[in-house]
Amino acid sequence: MRKPEKELAEIKAMMERSSRFLSLSGLSGVLAGIYALIGAGLVYYWIYFPSSPWGEGVESLKSSVIFQRLLIVAFVVLVLAIGTAGLLSQKRSSKTANQFWSPASKRFMKALFIPVVSGGLFAFSLMHEGQFELIAAATLVFYGLGLINASHFTLNDIKNLGFGQLILGLIAAFFPAYGLLCWALGFGVLHVIYGAMMYYKYER
Amino acid sequence: MKGNYDKAFENIVRLRVMSVLMANEQYDFNGFKELMEVTDGNLSSHLRTLEKQGYVEVEKSFVGRKPQSNYSATTAGKVAFQNHLNYLENLINQNKI
Repeated sequence: MRKPEKELAEIKAMMERSSRFLSLSGLSGVLAGIYALIGAGLVYYWIYFPSSPWGEGVESLKSSVIFQRLLIVAFVVLVLAIGTAGLLSQKRSSKTANQFWSPASKRFMKALFIPVVSGGLFAFSLMHEGQFELIAAATLVFYGLGLINASHFTLNDIKNLGFGQLILGLIAAFFPAYGLLCWALGFGVLHVIYGAMMYYKYER
Repeated sequence: MKGNYDKAFENIVRLRVMSVLMANEQYDFNGFKELMEVTDGNLSSHLRTLEKQGYVEVEKSFVGRKPQSNYSATTAGKVAFQNHLNYLENLINQNKI
């Protein structure tokens, strides 16, 4: 018979590895945060500059040039962030000899992307209807819910990140004037902080 | 002494299979294989043993033209595993005193 401590450790490891996606890369969180901050900086420059980064910037949004730029920036940030996360997580899972496409990782992605894709489409419909005030709030709230949902299938730290995004989203919903600021804090600063935390905790 | 050392879980592959099935409602053959790096023959013989014991159930189906075997733990299997866990925990607690 094996030692009971070892046997219990084995059981726990097997349960975690089979049900949770553990290769999520912290570094990709930091990079995603930086992309988001750059994007938010550009948007601030187009809409608010040279005044402070809050308040009614909606007038300038009515011009279709800025509207198009906004869409392009959002799209580029999204693609870069998801691409980086996928690539670095894949690299990490091969380094730790874990499978990247496993039942656990598929469940994780399903749990994350159903709310996030709905949120994206919802935000797009807001844009389409010209309701720019609530776009930041909508993306933050849906993303936060997605993260909380997906946290059951990955490292637990993700849950707190989700609550952070959710709270910022609700603040942005009640105070739309601070939308861009909340968005930069959530998608930018929180990502950088959490990514760095996870990197130091799990990847060194 | 509470709990019971279950011979069915003496083998490490069977222990791992059962751990996975406690944490997941269903798991398929290839999933097990990738997770624990065992050969087909080894894995299927251990799965058959657990099936004969009545600890796991198998559901065979086709995905496209590929056969797929989905395994899940039975109630008896879950109870047996819990007993096994209790036994291990008690053993550890006793050794501490």
